[in-house]
Amino acid sequence: MLTIENLHAQVEGKKILKGIDLDIKAGEVHAIMGPNGSGKSTLSSVIAGNEDFETTQGTMLLKGEDLSELSPEERAHRGVFLSFQYPVEIPGVSVTNFIKTAINANRKAQGLEDMPSNQMLKKIREKAKLLDIDSKFLSRSLNESFSGGEKKRNEIFQMAMLEPQLAILDETDSGLDIDALKIVANGVNKLRSKDNAIVVITHYQRLLEYIVPDFVHVLFDGKIVKSGTKELAQELEAKGYDWIKKETVG
Amino acid sequence: MAYTEEELKKELETKEYQYGFYTEIDAETFAKGLNESVVKQISAKKNEPQWMTDWRLQAFRAWQKMEEPEWANVQYEKPDFQDISYYSAPKKKDKYQSLDEVDPELIATFNKLGISIEEQKKLAGVAVDIVMDSVSVATTFKETLAEKGIIFCSISEAIQEHPDLVKKYLGTVVPPKDNFYAALNSAVFSDGSFCYIPKGVRCPMELSTYFRINQAGTGQFERTLVIADQSSYVSYLEGCTAPSRDENQLHAAVVELIALDEAEIKYSTVQNWFPGNKEGKGGVYNFVTKRGICHKRSKISWTQVETGSAVTWKYPSCILKGDHAVGEFYSIAVTNNFQQADTGTKMIHLGKNTRSTIISKGISAGKSQNSYRGLVQISPRAKNARNFSQCDSLLMGNDCGAHTFPYIETKNNTAQIEHEATTSKIGEDQIFYCNQRGIDTEKAIALIVNGFSKEVLNKLPMEFAIEAQKLLEISLEGSVG
Repeated sequence: MLTIENLHAQVEGKKILKGIDLDIKAGEVHAIMGPNGSGKSTLSSVIAGNEDFETTQGTMLLKGEDLSELSPEERAHRGVFLSFQYPVEIPGVSVTNFIKTAINANRKAQGLEDMPSNQMLKKIREKAKLLDIDSKFLSRSLNESFSGGEKKRNEIFQMAMLEPQLAILDETDSGLDIDALKIVANGVNKLRSKDNAIVVITHYQRLLEYIVPDFVHVLFDGKIVKSGTKELAQELEAKGYDWIKKETVG
Repeated sequence: MAYTEEELKKELETKEYQYGFYTEIDAETFAKGLNESVVKQISAKKNEPQWMTDWRLQAFRAWQKMEEPEWANVQYEKPDFQDISYYSAPKKKDKYQSLDEVDPELIATFNKLGISIEEQKKLAGVAVDIVMDSVSVATTFKETLAEKGIIFCSISEAIQEHPDLVKKYLGTVVPPKDNFYAALNSAVFSDGSFCYIPKGVRCPMELSTYFRINQAGTGQFERTLVIADQSSYVSYLEGCTAPSRDENQLHAAVVELIALDEAEIKYSTVQNWFPGNKEGKGGVYNFVTKRGICHKRSKISWTQVETGSAVTWKYPSCILKGDHAVGEFYSIAVTNNFQQADTGTKMIHLGKNTRSTIISKGISAGKSQNSYRGLVQISPRAKNARNFSQCDSLLMGNDCGAHTFPYIETKNNTAQIEHEATTSKIGEDQIFYCNQRGIDTEKAIALIVNGFSKEVLNKLPMEFAIEAQKLLEISLEGSVG
């Protein structure tokens, strides 16, 4: 699905990613953990194509296609989805209107007509139910005066609607209480399939109790310093990031 | 391509005026210039009664003594009033009985605009009185309206057929000497619309008029008079587009609304006149006086979407004369490239318990300047008057400007006045968020702008709202490719 080799990236001349290698296959869930400032969010931004970040070296291939040649919307059209850590507000644009616009933009890129509204409505209802979202929520302005939990739930709702090939969840657990966390994790789990891949970026192991990863990678100072299975996340939780720091430096 | 400030700027510059075409229709046009004889000729051409000719002449004499106002936050080369032709009419004199008789060129023009008369005819609920180059050439739905006693015709026709009503109300809300452009309009107005809704009648359809400037160098001086008699209701739509032109065109319209006791008038405008090219050349000068008077328990609601014109100077206002009268103003003003808009409203509270609401949304892009200017005035007699004003500005890029000039004058301490204002900018993060969901930058801007304008768009009648949304997109986005 996604193959990243020796990826280097910087922002405003500051080097953040210093040679990332990742190989993510369809059907897999990968967790990327790391302390603050290790480059987790930069990695997700670079994959999504945020041009604030400059890729200086390395390659990113999505199903063999070079991502760096594609605009952010073209990446989205090929099934890349980013659940934002800080989703932006768009006043006056309802949750429904926004997702409708997004779905139809993606369909247009695929040469399809707009989705008929009855089908759209049905899908919206179905996915809203999955994430325990009520109809009042759907008519609110996108992310405007949403609580942290509502914002994250809305991100996963969009993911459910768009059915991406590769979903990157950037700190989706931050700001969630335990109930909301369970709903969101449950939603994500239902979207797991053998055809898609999910990358979970998180600081804590908590979310990984609910979304169980196949692989765990530890990012430190712009590099993946350790990879393993879900036990690595528990070990990390127990020993703390200092353990990694010591190992890396030592 | 992800959005950056630079790229957005570039994209906005590529915007071209979509409706920039010119229809060739045989027309009769006066020689350029303005004097008493021209005023008399216009009046004679229209076969007007003496009182009308005298009214025009009085206005002309007043205008001659007036100075062009300079207080607005706009800069432009003043029109040479002697270099304008004050009358232009399609040569065909007879009124048409059916569409077949209408000049096919004209039909083609409307088809290009996507508002074919055929369609309009089918669209039950919309009667269209088309004003093209000063003379009405087609009127539909007249019979249905006549059954209810509603009069909807050109102002010229009204002067002939309903002189008492015209005499009684013309110039009562906007007196000929009100201001420089109103005086000019009063002297030389060529045509416009007239509407009278009898007592207790609810007009069963939206009344709409499509204004259009067409002849090169012909100033347009439309005059509109809408009278809603006691307890009646009317929704009036006014939409405009104009062809590209290299020289500046002057437009100085006057609109007067009269809402008698317990009547309601909803007046909606979508204005899309040629704004000039991206260097700021050409474009329409739009100096309009729009004002309504509200009698007891009546309501006037102005809704406008202003996307066109090089220079706009326009303040649809309400005089809340009667007790419990309500005035509303909902506005979206978009400026791009070198456009300048100084627009807003005046709410004059004279009666007790009068209420007014002002919602203004200004969107500026390119090197444009967008000003809101509003006056809320509470007279000593206007006990318990209330006003709520909200002025929001949205900026795109770093070279445009948004300005707010709210004036509040209150002479009664029971008044409640609220004013809110915000200024925001379309953010790169918003664009990237949309891009990430597969929405391209152009569509993303449209989405954000429509969201910003929603409160006002919602006030427009359905079919107009859709047209307005389209116009917002056209005004702010480059035609891609």
